[in-house]
Amino acid sequence: MPSLKSLKMRITSVKSTQKITKAMKMVAAAKLRRAQEAAEAARPYSVRMAAVMASLASRVTVGPESPRLLAGTGKDQVHLLVVCSSERGLAGGFNSNIAKLARRTMDELLAQGKTVKLLFVGKKARAPFARTHKDLIVGTVDMTHIKNVGFADAKSVADEVVARFEAGEFDVAHLFFSTFKSALTQEPTRLQIIPAALPAGGAAGADASVEYEPDEESILADLLPKNLAVQVFRALLENAASEQGSRMTAMDSATRNAGDMINKLSITYNRTRQAAITKELIEIISGAEAL
Amino acid sequence: MAELLDFELVSPERRLAKAKVAMVVVPGVEGDFGVLPGHAPMMSTIRPGAIAIHEADGGPATQRFFIDGGFAEVTETGLTILAEKATPVAEIDVAAVATQLAAARQAGDDAAIARLEAMQAAVTN
Repeated sequence: MPSLKSLKMRITSVKSTQKITKAMKMVAAAKLRRAQEAAEAARPYSVRMAAVMASLASRVTVGPESPRLLAGTGKDQVHLLVVCSSERGLAGGFNSNIAKLARRTMDELLAQGKTVKLLFVGKKARAPFARTHKDLIVGTVDMTHIKNVGFADAKSVADEVVARFEAGEFDVAHLFFSTFKSALTQEPTRLQIIPAALPAGGAAGADASVEYEPDEESILADLLPKNLAVQVFRALLENAASEQGSRMTAMDSATRNAGDMINKLSITYNRTRQAAITKELIEIISGAEAL
Repeated sequence: MAELLDFELVSPERRLAKAKVAMVVVPGVEGDFGVLPGHAPMMSTIRPGAIAIHEADGGPATQRFFIDGGFAEVTETGLTILAEKATPVAEIDVAAVATQLAAARQAGDDAAIARLEAMQAAVTN
């Protein structure tokens, strides 16, 4: 039986933990709203970009002369997995879900005899891989200093990926991030970014008369790296919203669990106190009777 | 008053402008072009430079944005500009641009020189 004093100390400690998780939940809720707004604001650009890419795709046939970002290297031996996670933990299953999906893909590719390289954006998904597949990690992009993801950050990630691609380091690139569905559900997602998967079948009939300046191929070559940056940006924004949503849910249940624990401990505390009082009374009464 | 053009300027982070205007002059890679209502559909990449927005028909340019490279799409209904970075010309810090330009010249960074020179030209025009 724990002593009264130690019970009281545990209750105080759980109470202060509950205060922290409650505060974290509220902070996450506020940040989630901001992250959602940022994702919302970024939507027009990515929608327009996708529309332009679609209409271009219907005009250009993929051949050996097409830009390499679109046509690929013609091989699929070396795969680069770009895994986006957060810089902070305590976000429920957020980071481990992304890492799990990436690991599954990696295992599949390795089983097929492919070569896998790993690039991490944010350090949290890195740790589980650093233990088992340290030799496959080619780099980590540090996002610790970034409070709100800007397009410039996404662009620098995309530029690094493109530079590695130009250097012939890999043939196919996949992006891993968490799609924000709601504050309660986030879905780890895998997206192939190189070679670019063009949306099939644009409205070909409607823009038959569109003029291109300079010409379709050069516009496409100019647009492909931009499109890549937009995709990375979208992934990072989705990730930011998912992280906060996941943290909010996790901290909400942590607060509730702490409340349950406080109730249980209080009952034990009161019972113990009552037992001690009863014992004392019995001692006094039996002492008086003995006289 | 003639019909107006649906003009939209979007950057990856947010929509910067959405308005009905009379004309927009865009610095395309193959030369500047003006877009008026009823312009034939076209797509063009943009070189670093300033776009000029004329709100009133035949009036002077009322708003100017410096676009750091991007993409213009003219459809039957309007003009959309996808800009990676857009700054209102009035907000460009001339002195800062001059010092950056000097630094870029020293470093021999051709891309930055071209960009900053275009920025200076946008301010003086």
